[in-house]
Amino acid sequence: MNYYKGYEMVIGLEVHCELKTETKIFCGCPTSFGAEPNTQCCPVCMGMPGTLPVLNGKVVDYAIKAGVATNCTIAKYSKQDRKNYFYPDLPKAYQISQYDLPLCEHGWLEIEGENGAKKIGITRIHIEEDAGKLVHIPGKGTLIDCNRCGVPLIEIVSEPDIRSAQEAVAYMKKLRAIILYTGISDCKMQEGSLRCDVNLSVRKKGEEKFGTRTEMKNLNSFTFIQKAIEYEYKRQVDELEAGGTIVQETRRYDQASGKTFTMRTKEDANDYRYFPDPDLAPIITSDEKLKKLTDSIPELPDVRKKLYVEKYSLTPYDAELITNEMEIADYFEKASKCTSYHKILANLIISDVMKLLDADSYNVKISPEHLASIAEMLGTSEINSSVGKKVIKALWENDTDPVKYVKDNDLNQINDRDTLLKAVLSAIESNPKSVADYKKGKTAAAKAIMGHVMAKTQGRGNPVLIGEILDGELKKL
Amino acid sequence: MDIRKLTVEQLSSMLKNKEISSYELTKEYLEYAKNSDEKIGAYLRFCEETAVDGAKKADEKIARGESSSLTGIPYGLKDNICTKGEITSCASKMLENFVPPYDAFVYNKLNEEGAVMLGKTNMDEFAMGSTNENSAFKIVHNPRDLSRVPGGSSGGSAAAVASNEAPFALGSDTGGSIRQPAAFCGVVGMKPTYGSVSRNGLVAFASSLDQIGPLTKTVKDSAIVLNAIAGHDKLDSTSVDREPGNLSEDIGKDVKGMKIALPKEYFGEGIGEDVKSAVLNAAKVYEKMGAVVEEVSIPTMKYALPAYYVISSAEASSNLSRFDGVRYGYRSKNYEDITELYKNTRSEGFGSEVKRRIMLGCFALSSGYYDAYYKKALQVRTLIMRDFNNIFKDYSCILSPVAPTAAYKLNEKTSDPLEMYMGDIYTVPVNIAGIPALSMPCGEDKDGMPVGMQLLGKAFDEKTLYRLGFAFERETGAYHLNK
Repeated sequence: MNYYKGYEMVIGLEVHCELKTETKIFCGCPTSFGAEPNTQCCPVCMGMPGTLPVLNGKVVDYAIKAGVATNCTIAKYSKQDRKNYFYPDLPKAYQISQYDLPLCEHGWLEIEGENGAKKIGITRIHIEEDAGKLVHIPGKGTLIDCNRCGVPLIEIVSEPDIRSAQEAVAYMKKLRAIILYTGISDCKMQEGSLRCDVNLSVRKKGEEKFGTRTEMKNLNSFTFIQKAIEYEYKRQVDELEAGGTIVQETRRYDQASGKTFTMRTKEDANDYRYFPDPDLAPIITSDEKLKKLTDSIPELPDVRKKLYVEKYSLTPYDAELITNEMEIADYFEKASKCTSYHKILANLIISDVMKLLDADSYNVKISPEHLASIAEMLGTSEINSSVGKKVIKALWENDTDPVKYVKDNDLNQINDRDTLLKAVLSAIESNPKSVADYKKGKTAAAKAIMGHVMAKTQGRGNPVLIGEILDGELKKL
Repeated sequence: MDIRKLTVEQLSSMLKNKEISSYELTKEYLEYAKNSDEKIGAYLRFCEETAVDGAKKADEKIARGESSSLTGIPYGLKDNICTKGEITSCASKMLENFVPPYDAFVYNKLNEEGAVMLGKTNMDEFAMGSTNENSAFKIVHNPRDLSRVPGGSSGGSAAAVASNEAPFALGSDTGGSIRQPAAFCGVVGMKPTYGSVSRNGLVAFASSLDQIGPLTKTVKDSAIVLNAIAGHDKLDSTSVDREPGNLSEDIGKDVKGMKIALPKEYFGEGIGEDVKSAVLNAAKVYEKMGAVVEEVSIPTMKYALPAYYVISSAEASSNLSRFDGVRYGYRSKNYEDITELYKNTRSEGFGSEVKRRIMLGCFALSSGYYDAYYKKALQVRTLIMRDFNNIFKDYSCILSPVAPTAAYKLNEKTSDPLEMYMGDIYTVPVNIAGIPALSMPCGEDKDGMPVGMQLLGKAFDEKTLYRLGFAFERETGAYHLNK
């Protein structure tokens, strides 16, 4: 099945993000998640006859912040349009959205791709209202929960610049990081406050023309995005290789099977009959307002990333991983003030600390000062890396001074050559078979002997020194 | 003395002087109207309890010396204006039993003033029509000749005032729906500047054109009512945030030297001779009072009617989509799935005129046609506004007919919708441009039916229209009061 190599995928993402405003986009109802059905709605968000929408200014401010943070041009004059279609979760039978004059356009963000940094274009960001939720009860029918009706959303549409599932996920993570830094959304994917539609087509490598695309709706985890893309790419290539054609359609990703299925084809697509909403005035953004909002945006992940690469010598990849979560980046910055071993510190955060975190929680149970001091001990060879891991695990349960912990538990690295030599000699003596293997040219046998030396030092031996000594002693034989 | 023949102004002073109580007045109106309305059909429902309750409160207010011009005055409210706890049906089967959980801004305002709502007035379904024959429930007879239409869509409101079943009423005007029935019934109707009266709680027909306004016996009364309902509402984003001022303050001033424009396009092909001569005669009355009347031209006028039907139908198609049988209102009994529920509910719940406009609007907005219809119509709108603004640089107002003919017979035009639409030709430019226009009687046709004239003014200049309207009324006598 090597024919996959002859193709490339072309992906554009449409991301819906719920804004963290206290009230809805066109009325005063609260936006909090998880309330009893139909307790957070009023005649306006339920679209009762005679009611009128009044735009929540915060929604515009937040969307502009998202636009500024993703290098967009902010429209001085923007308007809202009606997108007309019938569905029971849409009480007015139209969604107030933006059609031809969105708030933000022509932006970009940068990801760490397989071949280094890559810019992904952002076509537009517009504001719109969310729809309600349908609850299907088998045997009873379908119930409507209007709590989500009118919750403010921004839709962020990317250019078709993405060429792999990894890039798509990297884009989502970067976008999520930027939005979290600006504080306009909590981006909780499992609660649906960040959702992604994937537009994907394939083409032969070297081909300029885009293939026919399909759209996969409402993917709400990074894993699903990755898996759906991988599956859909193969499906499209298989289809073309089998002599078939791709149908422009909307597809549903099934989490259980990992496959995508046809939802609706272009033929039954709605004509949304967009037109300017006559109930709402145009949105005018003055230079002063734009400046005020721009000034209110905190330091963004890319600025920190650059700093970490330049000042702390982290690799761009590691810097990206750390800056993806503002809480982690803040933690790193606090800890890095207490040690000069920044790369070691970064490694501890990425390979140990982040794995110990609960899902969606950035509550690091070790104080930054303590983690810095673990990095310091590693850097000065006071402890070795396996002890480092052990200490982190122990402090996660009960945060205490790691220097004292290492001392009390006698975990200091053994750097004394004589002590190590004794251990090496003893290991050689008690493992004649490995020694014989080594002599026959099996260099891997040295590793087995090394393991025995480590065991004899209770895991505390300096691995570099042990290697040196062992090497010398074996050569003498 | 028959108190039902008195104006708002006269009743207000009687109430203030405690010559009559609001309770007595309300009872008198209710009793008379319930009886009289069997012949007229102006009301869809009387709200007796609410009215009596309101009247008692108004009397307390008067006793406390807190009354204003409308305290204790009964009125009729068009049935597309939401009233909490009272059915608001828009004369449609779709909303036959719909009780809104909120009050419209104007109803609130009138409640604050202490005015007494007698009942909800009949109308064309969802305000679409020119004769009131599109009401899903009953037709309205013109009080001046029961065999004739009262006009529409605020036909119930106009007939209620003309038949003395209410001292005043509120209507809504999207393309002439206050002015044309006022003309047909011989009363005064005001379509205020777009944005001066909140649309909050008015069931939308065409959001960028709809405006609520008063139907009254006299010009003075019109100003009194508009003063009470105009003003900024932060819950309507199209409501203009400006102090409306006292719209009555220029009433009584003379019109000497004021310039009145007479656009020739309003007197061309299709106008009835009686209408033409009545309006031109009104021009002479103004000249006699010292005003200067000059002929002008509005070349874009001929595009107003098609632009109006595109814009209003497009907006209506979207505004009326929410009536889908899912949450409230009529739901078909006959469905297997959600698509059938939508289709059958809307097919059975809407009348034919409403369906015609929805289809027209959907067509105008569909992809591939948008630019040719909707976008073009918006461009026409800009041109018409420009033409009106140019005229208002030199003239205080424009004088025109309201409709090509006086009220015609019931059923006369129901078979030809296009001919019916042509009847809106003089009224729709005003809505397209968002400007105010006062409709008032200026004569009669050969059958003795009232003929209306229209005074068009620049945006937010209702004051000048009232000044000119009152001057004419003083000169010729208030038509309704003479009847």
